[in-house]
Amino acid sequence: MKLLNHTISYLAAVLFVVITCWAALLYYNLLDEIYDSLDDGLGNYKLLILDRLEEDTTLLSRHSFGEFNYAIKPISGPEVFTHTDVYTDTLMYMKNEKEFEPVRMLITVFQHQGTYYQLRVINTMVETDDLIADLLVSIIWLYLGLLASVLVVNNFLLKKAWTPFYRLVDQLKKFRLEKQETVKYEKTDVEEFKVLNHAVDKLIQNSTATYLSQKQFIENASHELQTPLAISLNKLELLVEENNLNDEQLKLLSSAIQNMERMARLNKSLLLLSKIENKQFVVEEEVSINAIAKEVLEDFEEQAAYKELRIELQENGTCLAQMNPDLANVLHTNLIKNAIVHNHQQGFVNITINPDEIIVENSGSNKALDPQKMFSRFQHESKSASSTGLGLPIVKAIANLYNLQVNYTFQEHHKLILSFAYSYRQKK
Amino acid sequence: MKILVVEDELDMLDNLVRSLEEENYIVESATTFDSASEKIHLYQYDCILLDIGLPDGNGLILLEELKKLDPDQGVIIVSAKNAVDDKVAGLNLGADDYLPKPFHMAELHARVKSVLRRRKFKGNQLVELNNMIVDTDERTVSVEGKQVPLNRKEYDILLYFITNKNRLVSKTALGEHVWGDKIDEADSFDFIYSQIKNLRKKLKEHGTQLEIQAIYGIGYKLIEV
Repeated sequence: MKLLNHTISYLAAVLFVVITCWAALLYYNLLDEIYDSLDDGLGNYKLLILDRLEEDTTLLSRHSFGEFNYAIKPISGPEVFTHTDVYTDTLMYMKNEKEFEPVRMLITVFQHQGTYYQLRVINTMVETDDLIADLLVSIIWLYLGLLASVLVVNNFLLKKAWTPFYRLVDQLKKFRLEKQETVKYEKTDVEEFKVLNHAVDKLIQNSTATYLSQKQFIENASHELQTPLAISLNKLELLVEENNLNDEQLKLLSSAIQNMERMARLNKSLLLLSKIENKQFVVEEEVSINAIAKEVLEDFEEQAAYKELRIELQENGTCLAQMNPDLANVLHTNLIKNAIVHNHQQGFVNITINPDEIIVENSGSNKALDPQKMFSRFQHESKSASSTGLGLPIVKAIANLYNLQVNYTFQEHHKLILSFAYSYRQKK
Repeated sequence: MKILVVEDELDMLDNLVRSLEEENYIVESATTFDSASEKIHLYQYDCILLDIGLPDGNGLILLEELKKLDPDQGVIIVSAKNAVDDKVAGLNLGADDYLPKPFHMAELHARVKSVLRRRKFKGNQLVELNNMIVDTDERTVSVEGKQVPLNRKEYDILLYFITNKNRLVSKTALGEHVWGDKIDEADSFDFIYSQIKNLRKKLKEHGTQLEIQAIYGIGYKLIEV
């Protein structure tokens, strides 16, 4: 549930209680006021009748109400002394409504020429049930009206007030640390949003700084390793060239050299990754994927022949991409190398080039690679100890740099699709 | 042939000097910007190995200075940075080659010899080895006047062996030299064996007095027989 609607549901409950209480209070106050003014009217009427009696004694014979709203009847006995002005509610038959309606009645006693009379004065009353019904309807309207206006205010005005928040969230959803994008903060007068913007900004700055320093560390470490690696490797080579070593010693040295070479390769790949991620390949030009694929295939010709691989290249069109030519080469070398190295004897590699994609299909292990892990660094799935485990991460890094889509599927054989469609559309 | 090695890492310098001396070059060395600057002003070299990451100055400035003095001196930049910018800047300033660390000694010799051929023997691109002549300009090989048909990679392999004659060439070094650093998975260097087999056959058929020896587990060595 959205925060907006969440508050509205609470507000609805509270409003309901408040309005109900207020309605009850209003009802009693209103009724009280009505009684008060009715009673005042009846009292005044009583005085008018008594004044009139002084001149016209025929009034004394009006024992029942009839068309008048007063009645006088003589009384005697102890009743006389107990009577003072009494206001009561009673019912009286109304001809027009054809039912008993509530009336307000003043009963009083007066003395006229030695005789005591009881005077009853009536006035029609508000019908409380009607009043309650009317009040209820009005209250329901009021309640609905309030809710509706709150909803409207929330949805149209508050939504506008929340835009900085939603814009920020949208940006954060797409935010990738490695892309080093900047987040644009909406100008806002709302204190909470200011705090949020400030906190997010600080978080991003810290994370970016950490990320950069880590990246810098990898790059520096790789650089610093190059010289000691070179020294050790060359020293071993010099040792091998001393022609007085036996086979056993040569074997040991060979293993040391090979591992040194492996370390050098790893280091070089890590440096390459750092450079790609640091966007150090600036030059861009239009490169033909067809030409690059053919060139790379030629480089791997002997290797493929040695493994007796059946290699097919199908060109369904010319695929052009706007990118750094060196990286385009590295990208396709890694794609194709991957397909050849992680293959078995007499396997196959099928390469299909469409106008906006290159598809590499190859035989290999009978198990699908884990698409979550295959592009992560050092995720060796092959037995090959000399594999750096950085081939596909490099592919991914270059793909990320140029907004290319890499998709992997497995249906009896491995299939990698590298799509240039998105990047090309963007460039155009 | 006189070679100057400018390198601040003493161990690295020792490696380079030793290996180059084995090829009978006259090798001098400098470990700082100033001493290197002094040397290039005083003497002339056929080839200079220049580490551009010197602690007391940028090697590229040294290169500029050097090219002003004598643009015909061969220069190979050696760098641990392998930065595209440095490479481009170095080559633009007139360096002949850029060799990123770490490298194989065989690769160093191949590069040095290539520079010497270009700089020193201008117009004469022929390498003679007993009865075999390699034309490095035309990229052809002939034995006693008869062409040996080699494909591009076979030629590259042979020339690499020739520049590293009597020196052990590891499979990796050979693989990286001929196929570039693209093919960098060591297990895949086994395929080189079949390439060597083909080359051996062709050399034998044409009666060269060369033999490519296999050195167990490491690589090969070209010797004269």
